[in-house]
Amino acid sequence: MSDFTTWDIVRNLLLAARWTVLLSLVSFIGGSIVGALLLFIRTAKGRLGPAFVKAYVEVFQGTPLLMQLFLAFFGLGLFGIDVPAWLAAGLALILWSAAFLTEIWRGCVESVARGQWEASSSLGMGYVQQMRHVILPQALRVAIPPTVGFSVQVVKGTALTSIIGFVELSKAGTVVTNATFEPFKVYGLVALIYFCLCWPLSKSSQILERKLNVAHRNH
Amino acid sequence: MNYAFDYGWLFEYWPVLAKGLAVTVELTLVGGVLGVALGVACAWARALGPSWLRPFVAAYVELIRNTPFLIQLFFIFFGLPALGLRMGELEAANLAMVVNLGAYGCEIIRAGIQATPKGQFEAGASLGMSRIQTFWHVVLVPALQRIWPALSSQIVIVMLGSAAVSQIATEDLTFAANFIQSRTFRAFEAYFVSTLIYLALAIALRQLLRGVGWTIFPRRGAAR
Repeated sequence: MSDFTTWDIVRNLLLAARWTVLLSLVSFIGGSIVGALLLFIRTAKGRLGPAFVKAYVEVFQGTPLLMQLFLAFFGLGLFGIDVPAWLAAGLALILWSAAFLTEIWRGCVESVARGQWEASSSLGMGYVQQMRHVILPQALRVAIPPTVGFSVQVVKGTALTSIIGFVELSKAGTVVTNATFEPFKVYGLVALIYFCLCWPLSKSSQILERKLNVAHRNH
Repeated sequence: MNYAFDYGWLFEYWPVLAKGLAVTVELTLVGGVLGVALGVACAWARALGPSWLRPFVAAYVELIRNTPFLIQLFFIFFGLPALGLRMGELEAANLAMVVNLGAYGCEIIRAGIQATPKGQFEAGASLGMSRIQTFWHVVLVPALQRIWPALSSQIVIVMLGSAAVSQIATEDLTFAANFIQSRTFRAFEAYFVSTLIYLALAIALRQLLRGVGWTIFPRRGAAR
């Protein structure tokens, strides 16, 4: 058996952390795209569309991410597709992030005063025009801090993909522990790396909240 | 797709699922109650506690909120024995949930406490209340009422997150699903059914917490 120095452990963990970062980016960007589409359906007129998105959000927020990962992993397999772990991981995380982002953004859209809808509609704007020129620019300001805050949940969520066999930071932690028999040190370092990824995001979310809230400071 | 779904065999395994469900419920109950208690203690420490204590609590909150639950669980179960702290998988799972909810609960409850106007403390003191009485009646209970919906959501999130405790062989609902999967090779059905159970559990828990809110804050609840 070879000896592992602390540097070997750190190097291996950092190499694996690249996949955590990549998967987080894919999930967050993909989730934003799907989430934006769902947001449009959710806030549009009509009954069926909003009800569908409501149910979608309920299901994805009311079940464990781990189960969603299992279902993506084994569910896609039923279609005769040979599912690599990264595909199931990416798909499940995108759908999961979309549910949360839609719900966050819906709150932001609803925070725009009702009169803005009426005013823009009295100008003869259609739904897409209203969203684009009137509602979204105002909602965006409110949406940025919680969106950045949610990115922390995405980074932490990627840890669960280790369970379906995607090799990222958490999985590397387990593998390195099995080789070194130093769980205290290894999991401590893994936690530290996650912290270094997440903490700047948390902090910037807080700072943005303070900065973008200038208009409402007296409340 | 040439796969024939078959849920009939699941009946054979219902005791396994029921036991898993019971463990998940138990973990949630213990984790929820102790986690909220820890959250209250930490919120008090951060908002009103002695100044030397505050940075420690702040560090705990930041550390937990910026690392995955799975790693906290692994650290407690696999890492702490290095310090001589050895515990069973149920204890480790519960500890991880309490520590996790405590940190999130602290931030939520603190937000509620800080929304209490300063004059309320003085008003409490002028009525001859002690510091503890003032904290309990004037600060904490109204604060909890204010943030109860947010706290409830967080408890549901921790319940759903508990699916990860199957990874240290705690025999919860996810463990039961894995067990059935390994026996029957019916992966999709096993996970689908347990996902539905989790969904029902989440909805029931949310209703229960709403009911608890109405019971704890009946007087103010009437005004809502």
